[in-house]
Amino acid sequence: MLELAVKGDKKYWSWVVALLAVIGGAFLIYLWQLKFGLGITGMSRDVSWGFYIANFTYLVGVAAGGVMVVLPYYLHDYKAYGRITVLGEFLAIGAIVMCLLFIIVDLGQPMRILNVWLYPTPHSVLFWDTIVLNGYLFLNIVVGWNVLEAERNNVHYQAWLKPFIYISIPWAVSIHTVTAYLYCGLPGRGFWLTAILAPRFLASAFAAGPALLILLCLFVRKVSRFDPGREQIQSLAKTVAYAICINVFFFLCEVFVAFYSNIPEHMDHLKYLFAGLHGHGLLVPWMWASLILMVVGIIMTVTPLTRKNETTLACACVAIIVGTWIDKGLGMISGGFVPNPLHQVNEYAPTLPEIGITIGVYAAGALVLTILYKIAVGVKEEVRA
Amino acid sequence: MDSSRRSVLKFFGLTALGLASRPVFNAFATEHGHSAMHFEKGAKALKAKQWAMVIDTRKFESADELEPIIEACNKAHNIPQFENKNHEIKWIWETEYHNAFPQSPNRFLSEEAEQRPYLVLCNHCENPPCCRACPTQATFKRESDGIVIMDFHRCIGCRFCMAACPFGSRSFNFRDPRPFIPELNKDYPTRMKGVVEKCNFCAERLAKGLEPACVEASEGAIVFGDLYDPESEVRKLLRENYTIRRKQSLGTEPCVYYIV
Ligand code: SF4
Ligand code: SF4
Repeated sequence: MLELAVKGDKKYWSWVVALLAVIGGAFLIYLWQLKFGLGITGMSRDVSWGFYIANFTYLVGVAAGGVMVVLPYYLHDYKAYGRITVLGEFLAIGAIVMCLLFIIVDLGQPMRILNVWLYPTPHSVLFWDTIVLNGYLFLNIVVGWNVLEAERNNVHYQAWLKPFIYISIPWAVSIHTVTAYLYCGLPGRGFWLTAILAPRFLASAFAAGPALLILLCLFVRKVSRFDPGREQIQSLAKTVAYAICINVFFFLCEVFVAFYSNIPEHMDHLKYLFAGLHGHGLLVPWMWASLILMVVGIIMTVTPLTRKNETTLACACVAIIVGTWIDKGLGMISGGFVPNPLHQVNEYAPTLPEIGITIGVYAAGALVLTILYKIAVGVKEEVRA
Repeated sequence: MDSSRRSVLKFFGLTALGLASRPVFNAFATEHGHSAMHFEKGAKALKAKQWAMVIDTRKFESADELEPIIEACNKAHNIPQFENKNHEIKWIWETEYHNAFPQSPNRFLSEEAEQRPYLVLCNHCENPPCCRACPTQATFKRESDGIVIMDFHRCIGCRFCMAACPFGSRSFNFRDPRPFIPELNKDYPTRMKGVVEKCNFCAERLAKGLEPACVEASEGAIVFGDLYDPESEVRKLLRENYTIRRKQSLGTEPCVYYIV
């Protein structure tokens, strides 16, 4: 099927070349980072994880979100999703590729990454995270590719795929759960030390992932002869509506527990994020913007009128994607590190090279996604022709 | 497709092999297998079941008095001095009462006690969350004497241990530290960029029969000894004085005690 990826028009190729150019530029910055060290980023002794790990966390969510089309189709036999499951699986592949790249660019000694498997350490959550992420990548490649190939040959997919498909569903939940456990099992980090962190991560994942998928479906319909279908998009929109409501609800639960209990370690991070602490409030406007965007997203996806209109639905999806990205990508990680364990406030902001490398990783993910979607859409066009 | 499946299987196979061939369920790695940072213990080496420290904060009045203590550590361990605060490396440093003990800043403390400077460093916790988090066992609790130590040659620089430490005891080499070391001490290794480091209770000095550098420089204000030897000086001080530890409620069991 790979040949489908090289049969593109001029627009397709210029997009691919543009992505390659961005990746190339970012790679040069990365070489600089390798030479100098992570000192070219805005991270510090106090905020020791920054933009890379935050985007990693967000994208684990996007990857897990793909299961929201896989599950109804394979478990509930919701036939309509048959057309787009592969889009969900391929989105997951693109997202996981970015996750792995973000982990690599965040390491101080990336050449030693194999130490994680040379000295397997079951008491470290990071060890398990590498296993679930790689496993999920593997599952989606196997399932997505073979089901698509079967569709192309007009046959039912192979029977041996079934177990892989079923495993991939809880596995999707596991990737975001284990990723949340990276944070919520750490003593002394009051912001993360909450049992609801994993559920909250999943809720935001099941909102952001399908929202992105809706935008991709609308895009595919526009540029190809394959229509993912109105019903499919509407069903996804309902998933997004539920998930974003639950996400905001979980957040409010956090706020209640922190402030009613009145325990400083739990309150101070939220105070820092939403009101500023000891005169530092870099993230305050961002966090409020995030909350407003998510509320707008709720209103627009819950109201039938704006959900059924695909233009307003697209706007709602953008609001939700941006809102959850700020929440997880900006607030969640640095919010947990400020104030520091000695209760001092040292703020974090990403530097330009750091943002450059981040954009490069996103471009690499976009490239993988472009190629996979090109193949998928090519097959769909063939089958329907 | 097939080749990708093969390679993934291979990876799992390798991991399984690795699991089988190492004593991983032994909760913490011992010093075996850590070639680096292993200082040969001489005949005079000091030994203990669990090293611990008691800092008598009453003996310090101003930050100036802590200066020589911190300096002794910096010199002994080739700690670089950076202009950029983000890149800072600290093993032992001075802070205020409410920063050292943020959970128990008793109000209306005697003014003298509140304005005293406090020394903070890695607590060599008996239950160290940093070691639990490390995915490569590059940081581990030495079984022979309870020191929480680093293998700089194994660390991949993921900084999970820094997030896990509730005391902010760890530093990361954001850039090559070597050009920023004021005075090179050839008896202790310098670090490379991209690895984490922290206080090692002067494992290299203990191996030679010497007390930690800060203890030596403190003129009696810091006492070092075996927590599980009832006759040790540390135990004597703990018996005779009311002491506190940092963030006790987290259950990490810090081994640095403070007389306030
Ligand atoms: S103080 Fe921090 S670095 Fe030291 S042993 Fe305890 S958790 Fe680990
Ligand atoms: S930074 Fe090094 S010592 Fe710390 S957790 Fe990662 S590998 Fe272990």
